[in-house]
Amino acid sequence: MSADHLGQLRREGRIVIVGASLAGLRAAETLRAEGFAGELTLIGDEPYEPYDRPPLSKSVLLGKASPHRTDLPHRREIDAKWRLGVAATGLDLSAKRVRLADGDEVEYDRLLIATGVRARPWFKEDEARLDGVCLLRTRDDADDLYQRLKAGPRRVFIIGAGFAGSEVASACREMGIPVTVAERAGAPLVGALGGVIGAVATGLQTENGVDLRTHVTVTGLEGDATGRVRAVHLSDESVVEADVVVVSLGSMRNTEWLNGSGLGAGPRGIACDAGCRAFDFRGIVTDDVFVAGDVARSPHALFGYQFLSLEHWGNAVAQAQTAAHNMICDGADRRPHLWMPAFWSSMFGVNIKSVGVPPMGEQIMITQGSLAERRFVGVYGYKGRIIAAVSFDNTRWLEFYQRQIERGAPFPVEFPTVDRRPEGRPVDADFPDPSLPTHGPMITLSGYSPADQQLVFHPARH
Amino acid sequence: MTHPSMLRRITDFANRANPYPVYEELRKTPVLHEEDGPFVISSYYDIEALLHDPRISSDAVNLVDPGEDEVSGPEATGLPPSFIRLDPPEHDRLRRIANSSFGPPHRPRRIENMRGELAEIVSGLIDGLGDAREIDLVDEVAYPFPVTVICRLLGVPREDEPRFRAWVDPIVAGLDPDTRTSADSERTAQEARLQLGMYLNGLVEQRAKEPRDDMLSDLVNSQGPDGAMTTMEVLSTSVLLLIAGHETTVNLITNGMLTLLRHPEYLRRLREDPGLSPKIVEELLRYEPPVQLLPQRTCITDIEVRGVTIPKGSRIWLALAAGNRDPERFQDPDRFDPDRGDLQHLGFGSGIHSCFGAPLARLEAQIALSELARRLENPRLVEDPPPYRQNAVLRGPRHLKIAFDGLR
Repeated sequence: MSADHLGQLRREGRIVIVGASLAGLRAAETLRAEGFAGELTLIGDEPYEPYDRPPLSKSVLLGKASPHRTDLPHRREIDAKWRLGVAATGLDLSAKRVRLADGDEVEYDRLLIATGVRARPWFKEDEARLDGVCLLRTRDDADDLYQRLKAGPRRVFIIGAGFAGSEVASACREMGIPVTVAERAGAPLVGALGGVIGAVATGLQTENGVDLRTHVTVTGLEGDATGRVRAVHLSDESVVEADVVVVSLGSMRNTEWLNGSGLGAGPRGIACDAGCRAFDFRGIVTDDVFVAGDVARSPHALFGYQFLSLEHWGNAVAQAQTAAHNMICDGADRRPHLWMPAFWSSMFGVNIKSVGVPPMGEQIMITQGSLAERRFVGVYGYKGRIIAAVSFDNTRWLEFYQRQIERGAPFPVEFPTVDRRPEGRPVDADFPDPSLPTHGPMITLSGYSPADQQLVFHPARH
Repeated sequence: MTHPSMLRRITDFANRANPYPVYEELRKTPVLHEEDGPFVISSYYDIEALLHDPRISSDAVNLVDPGEDEVSGPEATGLPPSFIRLDPPEHDRLRRIANSSFGPPHRPRRIENMRGELAEIVSGLIDGLGDAREIDLVDEVAYPFPVTVICRLLGVPREDEPRFRAWVDPIVAGLDPDTRTSADSERTAQEARLQLGMYLNGLVEQRAKEPRDDMLSDLVNSQGPDGAMTTMEVLSTSVLLLIAGHETTVNLITNGMLTLLRHPEYLRRLREDPGLSPKIVEELLRYEPPVQLLPQRTCITDIEVRGVTIPKGSRIWLALAAGNRDPERFQDPDRFDPDRGDLQHLGFGSGIHSCFGAPLARLEAQIALSELARRLENPRLVEDPPPYRQNAVLRGPRHLKIAFDGLR
């Protein structure tokens, strides 16, 4: 692009951001901070200004924070046109227009897609409609679930023991509510952290009074005559009575609105290059459509250039900032998004944090502390190098392991560390077969190729 | 060697008033190793990394050549090491028990709830200046304030201060690398630590029988998931908290007032807006950190820093004050600028040993400095630089003479 053209874009261009949550807001702020003076539009399907989601499954459920008080702080004025409560329904790449649910169309010179993910609903629609069957993703979801927990249900049933499901279980136990958790795999958190850590999570749940059922699936939800859920049927033929059911089966990427647009978008997200530019369905990079946040999948040099989809708060912020920067500059001024995957959780009084990509790990060794005490650092190895680390109540060491990952340090860890125990030998990390559907690991290795071979283009009918 | 040793220059009292030119030179050799001396690390990023490095130990038993006082177990004359000189898991267990009486998650509001009490103590001390128009800030405010606070928090009678002062001084002197060399001072420090422990033991025994709302009672009666501390552990923890609880804060407040008097525009702004005090205190912790260096680390295996191999068991100094002014990390590092966008520092260390009392120290300094700014009319320095204490590690003025026109 010529310098003239770029200057014009920065002065009077039109930038549209679809998705008004964390990534959308931070991108808007970065655009203004870096001098974008043109017209800025934020489109969001929820009626709310951007709000923070991590508290929704933690303090909000305990009544320690109001679901309507988690607004994200604005770092600066963004002087944007807000289109809230209206979903984007289509994209015309050649005409550079976003279609909205209310029939409006918004033109752009540059587009940022940050539509994120939504909770995967219960697959039987009639059962999903039963009163008491809940999802947890949005502020309204959290408000609804909070009200139901406060009402003192006889039992809460949680389908799926990933992070979200486990956090809800923790909140229930803290409130003294009986809770059953069903998990298709052998333990909680296995998709994200593997079976060795999953066994620790099992102990954590059962000792805190969770009725944990593993290696089972839910076959049906049963309602009463008034349309309220009353029982859950499991694949082992047991039946558990419950008046609240939380469906926690991971998330789905909000890409359906792009069907037929010609973008390389599908159930696994929208493929983009390290500079956050979206690929079209042919694997050719676009130059005016950018992607950030949970909906993006982008290649990462530290992890074999695999395309990673990251449902991480910090990734949304970092990728949004990089995308915004790259949207209003050129060539050598552009930056790659090379964020170190990291996420945290807290449940049953334990702080869990991870860096790197644990699901890539073949082996794990506990380098500090002990699994039995549930205070430890575990390091994951992949083809002879350190690929990830996880800590339970040992967050302050992780920076060190992050540097080890960055420099491709050898695995097994050959040096001694403080608080090394006899158990600190490498063992199989014990991840479930990734092709098995489960609650989703929050980091998804989604292949090497920008253009998925199986992707079939269905032009939209306008 | 043709030039004086860098280590000597760091500890040299002549450089105490302004050690920063020495640190600037020190950073030119980011891993400095002089014959038989420690490895001195002075760049921000290296220090930050080592503070999170699980190959680094704070436990003197891992030193190849520990000092005489450093490895005294319970069977020796002294108290066992406190958690500041231990590694996980012992460190973690003792710190968790101590923290269960101090901060979140068990006592999330303990410090915040002291806000009113702290303000009252400071007001009382300033009111007590009466008609004086020239004071020593150290003797009148910066020292008595944190001492009163830590005494109340722990449950040590304030009137015993002259007694424990006599033991605290030699212990603190023992932390100074310059005096370390003398076996005499090591023995004196060791003896003083034992005396202080015995004094605290009297209070602890009392609290075991009649608990009150103070930390000594909590420590001796702790019954959490980590179990109880042994009596010796209670004593060494109490010694640590009593000393660390005020020695460093004195310097933070004094360095703070000195710095504000040297930068009157910030003193004026603080007077007009006490809400500026958190920023001022954070920048102070970078610009004039009360703990200048951590001299007590070692490594449990050979490690490499910037291409230099540090052999297992070597003594490692982390020069926090040098890292805080590292131009590789901070723009314009020698400028006191509470408005700088990224207020970061190594003033409280980092990693598992990061300052236990930080929330209290922050609040004390914020309250003391904003009250001094608000109430002293036209304050000015009587001598600049002021006379310093000997200590190179816990650095600060011994006296800070201030003249002013009256109290508001």
